[in-house]
Amino acid sequence: MRNLPLISLITFVPLAGAIVIVFLDSSKARRIKTVALGTAFLDFLLCVFLFVRFDVSVPFMQFVEKQSWIESIGSSYHVGIDGISLFLVILTAFLTVLSIGASWYSITRRVKGFMISLLVLETGMIGVFVSLDLLLFYVFWEAMLIPMYLIIGIWGGPRRIYAAVKFIIYTLAGSLLMLVAILVLYFIHHAGTGEYTFDLLRLYGTTIPGHVELWLFLAFALSFAIKVPIFPFHTWLPDAHVEAPTAGSVLLAGILLKMGTYGFLRFCLPLFPRASLGAVPVISILAIVGIIYGALVAFAQKDVKKLVAYSSVSHLGLVMLGLFALNTQGIEGGILQMVNHGISTGALFLIVGMLYDRRHSRMMEDFGGLWAKMPAFAGFFLVVVLSSIALPGLNGFAGEFLILVGVFLENVPFAVFAALGMILSAVYLLWMFQQIMFGETREKNEGLFSDIGVREKWILVPVVVLVFWIGIWPGFFLSRMHASVGALLERLNGARAIGVEQVQNEAAPEIFVPVEGEK
Amino acid sequence: MASSEVSLARLSEMGFVAAVPFTIVAVSAIVVLLVDLLLPARQRWILPYVSLLGIVVAAFSIALLWGVRVEGFGGVISLDKFSSFFGILILLGTALVLLISSSYARRENIEKGEYYSLLLFATSGAMLMVFAVDLLVFFLGLEILSLCLYVLSGFFRERAVSVEAAVKYFVLGAFASGFFLYGIALCYGATGSTLYAKLQLLLSSGSQLPGPLVFAACALLLVGFFFKIGSVPFHMWIPDVYEGAPTSITSYIATISKAAVLAALVRIFAASVPVIQLDFSRVLWVSAVATMTLGNVVAIAQTNIKRMLAYSSIAHAGYILVALTAAGEAGYSSVLFYVLAYTFMTIGAFGVVSLLRRAQTEALDISSFSGIAERHPVLSLTLAIFMISLAGIPPTAGFFGKFYIFSAAVRTGYTNLAIIGVLNSLISVYFYMRIVFLMYMKEGSEQIEVSSSRAAALALAICVIGTIVMGIFPSSFASLAASSVAALF
Repeated sequence: MRNLPLISLITFVPLAGAIVIVFLDSSKARRIKTVALGTAFLDFLLCVFLFVRFDVSVPFMQFVEKQSWIESIGSSYHVGIDGISLFLVILTAFLTVLSIGASWYSITRRVKGFMISLLVLETGMIGVFVSLDLLLFYVFWEAMLIPMYLIIGIWGGPRRIYAAVKFIIYTLAGSLLMLVAILVLYFIHHAGTGEYTFDLLRLYGTTIPGHVELWLFLAFALSFAIKVPIFPFHTWLPDAHVEAPTAGSVLLAGILLKMGTYGFLRFCLPLFPRASLGAVPVISILAIVGIIYGALVAFAQKDVKKLVAYSSVSHLGLVMLGLFALNTQGIEGGILQMVNHGISTGALFLIVGMLYDRRHSRMMEDFGGLWAKMPAFAGFFLVVVLSSIALPGLNGFAGEFLILVGVFLENVPFAVFAALGMILSAVYLLWMFQQIMFGETREKNEGLFSDIGVREKWILVPVVVLVFWIGIWPGFFLSRMHASVGALLERLNGARAIGVEQVQNEAAPEIFVPVEGEK
Repeated sequence: MASSEVSLARLSEMGFVAAVPFTIVAVSAIVVLLVDLLLPARQRWILPYVSLLGIVVAAFSIALLWGVRVEGFGGVISLDKFSSFFGILILLGTALVLLISSSYARRENIEKGEYYSLLLFATSGAMLMVFAVDLLVFFLGLEILSLCLYVLSGFFRERAVSVEAAVKYFVLGAFASGFFLYGIALCYGATGSTLYAKLQLLLSSGSQLPGPLVFAACALLLVGFFFKIGSVPFHMWIPDVYEGAPTSITSYIATISKAAVLAALVRIFAASVPVIQLDFSRVLWVSAVATMTLGNVVAIAQTNIKRMLAYSSIAHAGYILVALTAAGEAGYSSVLFYVLAYTFMTIGAFGVVSLLRRAQTEALDISSFSGIAERHPVLSLTLAIFMISLAGIPPTAGFFGKFYIFSAAVRTGYTNLAIIGVLNSLISVYFYMRIVFLMYMKEGSEQIEVSSSRAAALALAICVIGTIVMGIFPSSFASLAASSVAALF
């Protein structure tokens, strides 16, 4: 059991499942769905096993596997996880299971292709989170776009093609520049050490000349900022979310957006610490603009899905703000909030999907008065909405509170704006809830809204369990990321010390002036 | 036994061994002509397989001679790892084209002995270009290849578009050949030799800078090369010829004739122009940017799949020019890797196109691809893989091809070129993925027939496997390319 390649299994089990499905008869939809669900569930069980085996006290990578891949250029199949990626991997497996469950009846066309895309997508997403080799990471990062492109484009809504093309062009625009930056970094590392390697852990120590570091940081940051999405790179998101089928929206909001924030944590901060420190004010202000702007635009929406999409812009802004507080509370809160957002917003999209299955509309004006008709559904919906608003005792509170503390320690005005954003989120989410659940029942809706069945309950129960678990006992989760976050901060603080020294020596130090209010 | 060894030694002394591979191809071209003469018309289906046999034997001979280094005919041709690599590549490409041709030619009524025989002659010419280390011998190969292709691209005699393609190709090609020949003459005048290696010696000896004659010669030679690989501003013929020529021949022109010219370019650059490299790289830089950008931008507007692939092939020539600008062993081996990847995906893409047909004509409009995924899932997936690879999205051969090229560019300090390159591949994603979305996301309106052919299926399978394997395990291909290039330095 010691030598079980657990990470590789988790990464490639979905792909294996997809290959099995290729050979199934496409007319036997039920069998295909069962195999897909079974694969995803097996993968989730492996993740649980991983979670149990995870050593809390170790700050560096665990379950590391390293095989030579492209030896001549120093790239290897190098995977592993730490406290930062652990939760994202588990979240991916978790949400994939729910997505397949949610698509059980709503996807009727080309079920085979859909399930294959979904499982391939899962492999890609997990691959992104576990890669410790820049080239391998990049391959997963881009390869994952194709299944998502197909999911939006084939099974999406009326404007699906526009949304799919916009999605792929936007995300590729960022990542291609990142490819050049990766190459530049690679050669700088070689110039410094005489060693050709794409190994992330080795590249961490690379010393990069000041102005080059800024450019590299910008190239990486652009790629991740589009994915997060940070204002003003968010315009692809509402289109993609609205047009994607439920499973696509869930994974898009739950996982794909986290790749951006994860990228900042794993790559931008440790690889380019000085440039990151210099970028704190810019990123923080953009994050705050995103928080307020996302909330205001969400408030103006009539389409539920669009509202949830803009709420993601707002919530992810908060996560970014927390991460760029660059202290323990901020970063841990940010990571926890990444998970929370995955759960809560994922669940919101699942719920919107359930409503859409019944009414075939996403307009709030088409609903109303559902509280009486769907009591069980109403309960779940309320919990999820409250968790998204960050009611104390639910998961959102734990994350957002930590972020606020972290930001407050660094910069009080920023914290004030962030809190304002949280209030706004309560406004638009409760307003949405009110529009849909309360009020008069529309006459044309008679008989359309039956309460949720067993399948849908099975989808929502685990979500609610997690909402309460994280809300009541966040320490259980925080303790698992503590060591890794500590290691990250140590690296940053090291750079902070060097950074200040160099600012005094260098001729053109503008961008590396330490941030005001720094401790 | 002993006497045969002696005679083999004598032969290798004269360097005949170096000529064995392309001689086999030329001989099999003649055999095909003879077989065609003796064969009743309805048994013509055997011709592609006879040709294939010749190709396999030739490939086998190269494999046997792998690693051997022989100079033949007074040092004008050279068998080394580099020529072996390109030899195998050209033979592989020809084999794939033959497999695709077997059903396509029958369906389109061009199944004639000359078709296969000309194809083989063209291949022998292409191989001669690769083996040549002398400008005149290279020119000989180029003309053999080109003349065969002029005829082949006009093979649909009753279709105006095909004849137009042939005439355009011939007239412009003849001009380019003229330029090239003039360049050789000036080169000889400036240096007193046409051997690649001598060029270098003469250019680099003494402290004297190369004179205007050398630059004029180089410029004229470049015109010839640029015409053949279709880089801006000598790209005008490409869309028309690609559109008009039979699809199987288009795939041949797009891959093999380009590969052969690129092989020669790499050989010449690696062997003889470090002296004027600096000036060259400026020209190449401009041309690379112009070629990539024009190819990709104009491809967006195309509605004919063959024209779209034509502009895409112009763009790919641009990427390769990036690698040539970067130069050095890394740059040149990335050319080799890219050409191999490009051969798989381009022949594959044209192969799929050649299988589609409407009631009366070939289905060349890109709207023909609408909704074919519903009825032909495997074929659509195949084409989707080629499109993804052409767009350079991992895990495919196209990604690593571009990766190696841009990595070579960054290594030699052409980071700006790498950035322009990736932005170009972003543009290209739009029109490649458009084919994917037409296939998967649109409803099909017209009845498109798909001819089924075992041979073509085999060719496509090879292309798919090549594209994917090079995309997941590029390592061995990259080291093969590197060791082939190392033979030049």
